[in-house]
Amino acid sequence: MQLVLTEDQELLAKTARDFVAEKSPVARMRALRDSNDATGFSKALWKEMAELGWVGIPFAEIHGGAEMGMAELAVVMEALGRTLAPEPFLSTVLLAGQTLALGGSEALQAEWTPKIVEGDAIVALASDEARSRWNLCHVETRADAEGDGYRLTGEKIQVLDGHVADLLLVSARTSGAVDDAAGVTIFAVRPDAAGVTIVRQNRIDSRNAALVRLDGVEVAAADVIGAVGEGAPILEAAAARATVGLCAEMVGSMQEAFDRTLDYMRQRKQFEVPIGSFQALKHRAAREFIAIELSRTAVMAAARAIDAADDEAAALVSLAKAQCSEAAILVANESVQMHGGIGVRRARHRLLPEARPCRRAEPRGRCLPPAALGGVPGLLMQQPRARE
Amino acid sequence: MSDLDSFRSDVAAWLETNAPESLRGRGASALEGVWGGKKWVYANPDAKLWLERCVEQGYTAPTWPKEYGGGGLSAAEAKALGQEMGKLRVPPPLIGFGLTMIGPTLLQYGTEEQKLEHLPKICRGEIRWCQGYSEPGSGSDLASVQTRAVRDGDDFIINGHKVWTSYADEADWIFALVRTDPEAKKQEGITFLLIDMASPGVSIAPIKLISGSSPFCETTFDDVRVPVKNVISKINAGWTVAKALLGHERTMIADAFGGGASGTSKKRKGLSDLARDYLGGDGEVADPLLRDEVAHMEMDTRAFLLTLQRTRDAAKAGHQPGAETSFFKIHGTELNMRRSELMVRLAGPQGLGWEGDGFDEDELARTRDWLRSRGNSIEGGTSEIQLNIIAKHVLGLPD
Ligand SMILES: Cc1cc2nc3c(=O)[nH]c(=O)nc-3n(C[C@H](O)[C@H](O)[C@H](O)COP(=O)(O)OP(=O)(O)OC[C@H]3O[C@@H](n4cnc5c(N)ncnc54)[C@H](O)[C@@H]3O)c2cc1C
Repeated sequence: MQLVLTEDQELLAKTARDFVAEKSPVARMRALRDSNDATGFSKALWKEMAELGWVGIPFAEIHGGAEMGMAELAVVMEALGRTLAPEPFLSTVLLAGQTLALGGSEALQAEWTPKIVEGDAIVALASDEARSRWNLCHVETRADAEGDGYRLTGEKIQVLDGHVADLLLVSARTSGAVDDAAGVTIFAVRPDAAGVTIVRQNRIDSRNAALVRLDGVEVAAADVIGAVGEGAPILEAAAARATVGLCAEMVGSMQEAFDRTLDYMRQRKQFEVPIGSFQALKHRAAREFIAIELSRTAVMAAARAIDAADDEAAALVSLAKAQCSEAAILVANESVQMHGGIGVRRARHRLLPEARPCRRAEPRGRCLPPAALGGVPGLLMQQPRARE
Repeated sequence: MSDLDSFRSDVAAWLETNAPESLRGRGASALEGVWGGKKWVYANPDAKLWLERCVEQGYTAPTWPKEYGGGGLSAAEAKALGQEMGKLRVPPPLIGFGLTMIGPTLLQYGTEEQKLEHLPKICRGEIRWCQGYSEPGSGSDLASVQTRAVRDGDDFIINGHKVWTSYADEADWIFALVRTDPEAKKQEGITFLLIDMASPGVSIAPIKLISGSSPFCETTFDDVRVPVKNVISKINAGWTVAKALLGHERTMIADAFGGGASGTSKKRKGLSDLARDYLGGDGEVADPLLRDEVAHMEMDTRAFLLTLQRTRDAAKAGHQPGAETSFFKIHGTELNMRRSELMVRLAGPQGLGWEGDGFDEDELARTRDWLRSRGNSIEGGTSEIQLNIIAKHVLGLPD
C-alpha cells in the first residue's frame, strides 16, 4: 500500500478543488437549505459531476463506470466536503450504489447502473430504523413471502436522499430474530409502488433525508439484491465504503474550517495584537493540525485497503471513522471558540457552524466485525438550518 | 422552633396557598421563565398571578432591602425560600439581567436616587434590561470600547455600535460601557451608563444563533441623548463598575448552565434515564462504553455541585469567598457543554433532528440546546480569558 497520490489522483484532486471553488461555495448549500428547496441539491450540478466522470468512479466499465476505486472517490469527496456540497454521493454512489454493485442481479445492474453513472437516477439505501442505532443487522421491517414475491411492512428512518430517489434499496427481515445477521434481505423497491409513503425529514446537518413507510408493499423475487437472508454482509461492505467516503468528506470540511480559522487568527486583533499570537490558541491550532493529518492518513489507508481487498480493510475503516469523527469535532468546536461571538452566529460568510462535527460511532461488534461501525450516514452534524 | 424554622413553615404555608397549581411540578431553568418588561407577553396567565403575588412579598429579589422592592431576607432565609419553592417545583417568579446583573451592581454603586428609581421596577418585572458591553472590535479586550459619549450640558450624546446584545429587541433599558475620555489609558476613559432603549437614535437588528433562535442583536446609537445623571459611579470610573458586574454575570452563567440544569427540554431527564431510554438496560445502561461516559459525567457534575456547596457553606459560616469561585464560570459551562453533547450522542440518530417528522419535541430541544451550549464558553468572557484571570490573579503567575 502506497500512501501517496498518483499523478492521476493529483490531477483529479485539483480538478475537483477548482470545480468546487467555482461552482459550489458554501453559500449555495445555505441558499438551498434556507429556501427549503424541494430537492435540496442541484440536479444540474449533479449531471455536471456525472459528466466529469465522478459519479461513475466506482462502477463497472460494462455499465458505463470508470472502475476506479475508493482512493479516487475519496479525493473527490474531500473536495466536496470543503464546502459541504449537498449532492447525493453518499446515497447514490456509495450506500445504495455499492449495495447494488455488490449484490444486484445482472438485470438490475444493467437497468440502473448506467442511469446512475449518467447522473439520471438517484438511488437511496433504506436501512436504519427507529431502534436500530446504525446496527445494519437490527431489522424489524418484515418481508413476508407471498406467492412468487414478498410483502414489506415497516418503517425506515433518515433515508438519505430518499425524498427524491428513483429507486429504494430496503433491508427487511425474511427470517431470524431482530438482531440476527442471517435473515436480512435487501429488496429493490420503486418509490411509487402501492404502500410506500415517503416523508421528508429535516436534519440538523442539512443532509437530505426521509422517512420511508412500507405498508404491505409488494416486491417481486427478481428484486431481491443478493441472496434471500444474506443481505447483511452486502450492507456491511457497502457501509464500509460509504464510511470511507464520509471520512474523506470530513477531512475536507475540517481542513476548510481550520484554514478559515487560521486566517481569522491572523486578522482578528484584541489587546492590540492578532489573536493568533496568543500561545493559548497557537498550541491548540498546532494540535488540530496534528489531528487533521492523522485523519488524512487514516482515510488514505482505509481507501487503499478496500481497493486492494486487504485483510486489514475492516480495521482500517474503523480507524478512519474513529480518527475523523474525533478530529472533526475538535476542529469544529475549536473553530467556533476561536471566532468568539461570530462563531455562534448563523453566519452567511463562514463555514464554521457548519463544520459538520461527526462523532465517533459506538463500536458495534455484535453481529459482524467492527468495520460495520454504525453511524455511516448517521452522526453527521453539519449545519444548523435557519428559519427566518 | 428556631426563627429560621418558623420562617420556613410560614413560607411553606404561603406557597401552598399562593403557588398556582399550573406552575407546580415544572421545575426551573435560568433562561426559561418570565423575563418581564414592557413587551413581555404571558403564555400562561398564572405566571402573571404568581409574579404579582411574589412581588407583594418581595420574593422576586428575596435578599434585596425592602425599600427597593426586595424581601429583606437574610441569606439563610432566602435559601429556605428557594428550598421550599424547590419542593413544589415552581419556577422563580421572575428572571433576567435586572435581577442578576444590573440590580446587584446598582446596590453596590448606585446613588440612593438611582436605586429608588430602578430597583423597584426590576423587582416588579416592569423593566427589562440588556447588556451593552461588546463591540465589533472589543470583545475579550472589553476595555477598548469605542462607543463615544460627548458631554453636552446635562446630557451625553452617544454614538457607536454594540454587538451580541442579548435580547436587546425585548429590553426597555440597556446598561452600557461608553468612552468618555479617548485620551486617557483605555481603562480610565470608560463610563458606565444607563440608557433608555426608547430614546431617539437607538436602533436594533437581530442576529440569529446557530441554534436557530435569535436572542442577540446589533445595537446602534446614533446621536442618542442620555442624561448625565444616568452615570453609575463617576465619569471615567466605569471600568471598576463593569468588572463588578461581570462578576455577577459569571455567577449567573455558572448557576444557569452548571450542574446540568439548563435546557428547554420539557421532561428534563437525567442522563442515565435518557441512556436507558435509548440504549436499553434496567438497572444499568446496556452499552458499557456509554455507561462509563454517563458515570464520568455524573461524577464530574457532582464534584462541581459539592464545590458550589462548599462555597455557600463557607459564606454562611462568615468566610470570604475563596479562590475556587474563580473557576465556576469556566467549569460550569464546560460541564454543560459536555453534558449537552453527550445527550445528543445518547440519542443516536434521533439526535440529528432539526425540526419536523420523525423526531419528538424533546429530541429537537436537546439538539438545539447542544448548539446553544457552544456559546457558553464565549458569552460573559471566553474560557481563555477566564483561564488568564485565574493564572494571573489567583495563581499569581507572571504576565
Ligand atoms: C450567546 C452569547 C451571548 C452574548 N450576550 C452578550 C450581551 O448580552 N452583551 C454583550 O455586551 N456581549 C454579549 N456577548 C458577547 C461576548 O461577551 C463576547 O463574544 C466575548 O466577550 C468574546 O468577544 P469576541 O466575540 O469579540 O471574541 P474575541 O475577543 O475576538 O475572541 C476570539 C478568540 O480569541 C481568544 N482570545 C482573545 N483574547 C485572548 C487572550 N488574551 N488570550 C487567549 N485567547 C484570547 C478568545 O478567547 C476567543 O477564543 C454574548 C456572546 C454570546 C456567545
